[in-house]
Amino acid sequence: MAANTRDIRRRIKSVKNTAQITKAMQMVAASKMRKAQTAAIASRPYAQELARLLLPFSSLPADDESFAHPLLQERSGGRELVLLISTDKGLCGALNTNLLREVSQFDPANTDFVCVGRKGLQFLVRCKCTVLADFEIKDNFSYFNAEAVAKFCMDQFVNGKVNRVTVLYTNFVNTLTQSVVRHQVVPVRSFEIGRVALEDGDGASDTRPIPDTTEYILEPNQSDFLGSLLPHFIFFKVFHFLLESRASEHSARMVAMKSATDNAKQLIKDLTLEYNKVRQASITTEILEIATAQMILS
Amino acid sequence: MAATLKLEIITPEEVAYRDDVEMVLVPAELGDMGVYPMHVPLMTRILPGELIVTKGGELTHLAIGEGFAEITQTNVRILVDMAIEERHIDETAAEAAVERAQKAIREGLLANQEVATAQISLMKSLAQLKVRRRRYLPTQG
Repeated sequence: MAANTRDIRRRIKSVKNTAQITKAMQMVAASKMRKAQTAAIASRPYAQELARLLLPFSSLPADDESFAHPLLQERSGGRELVLLISTDKGLCGALNTNLLREVSQFDPANTDFVCVGRKGLQFLVRCKCTVLADFEIKDNFSYFNAEAVAKFCMDQFVNGKVNRVTVLYTNFVNTLTQSVVRHQVVPVRSFEIGRVALEDGDGASDTRPIPDTTEYILEPNQSDFLGSLLPHFIFFKVFHFLLESRASEHSARMVAMKSATDNAKQLIKDLTLEYNKVRQASITTEILEIATAQMILS
Repeated sequence: MAATLKLEIITPEEVAYRDDVEMVLVPAELGDMGVYPMHVPLMTRILPGELIVTKGGELTHLAIGEGFAEITQTNVRILVDMAIEERHIDETAAEAAVERAQKAIREGLLANQEVATAQISLMKSLAQLKVRRRRYLPTQG
């Protein structure tokens, strides 16, 4: 009996250690998630301005011949480039599993991949997919990291190596929900910038008049000006997707770690109950033994 | 009251500068452009370089990246991918970054993704150094 109580005590101790670690990871993930959200909020003024400058674009009819830009031209068939934004580390629930399931929808023979995050890379290598590049992006990444990734993908399109660039990432809906999103960035189809960037509380900037391009002098000329906005629009979009993925990663990890901590606590409770039962049983046996011995003696 | 311009310099990471200023010198695509209040409405592309702000007779120099400017009679809104005030530029760090990027590109040992990163980092570091040096070197002579 004594050996059994010692075993249970040891198990309780080790579960307690695990709970401590998962609790710490939960806290770290929570603070990182807040940081990613702050960065997304800080990028709002830029997103709004960019969206305002792009408005004249969105009012153009889809088949307007007067304005043609390579980044707007649809080319059918050909190879496709997928920018896969996954996480570097695991322990974030089903986040990567859901994301990588989506990868199978692309035809591996006809698709090139660019990776952000080690988990995605490992998966693609296992599946023997073509990986053109793998960007390492740290937690506190800057806009220029995103620009490098986006520029690389855009160049593949401009050079004619691929005919489409799609980004596969996890969108941050709220702390409990992240959804896998597949978004085509090149050729540019819509001029919307993501939800987090534009969902706006202050409303002050919305009252500003929409720039009417006929009132402005445009240097060097209208189509060049609008055309040069496009790459920046794409860079910013990729930056935004990276922020979304980061926020998703940390919130998923936070939730996973919270449930791990809760499970550990429940386990400790069960083990403690069992420990007490065993202890009580051994005490009862001992008393019985003493009582029997006394009865025999008297 | 002297007429002023509302200047805003916005990057994806922050609003780098927001103030009422007297004049701003913008490195526009067709040449540097001094903007005073009541400027004709204009939009232009901006090249990486030096932006100089005049406020209360004092000059502030900023290293800026690529982007766009929207100029109206009362407002100048500048949208760039980088904006660093001169006093925040770390010259030795920028120099080291230039060195590193140039070496990496020269040696050509890099994988695709590293070349892309190195080129952009080189561009930004050079812009910072340009601003830092242009101001200090001539006054030393």
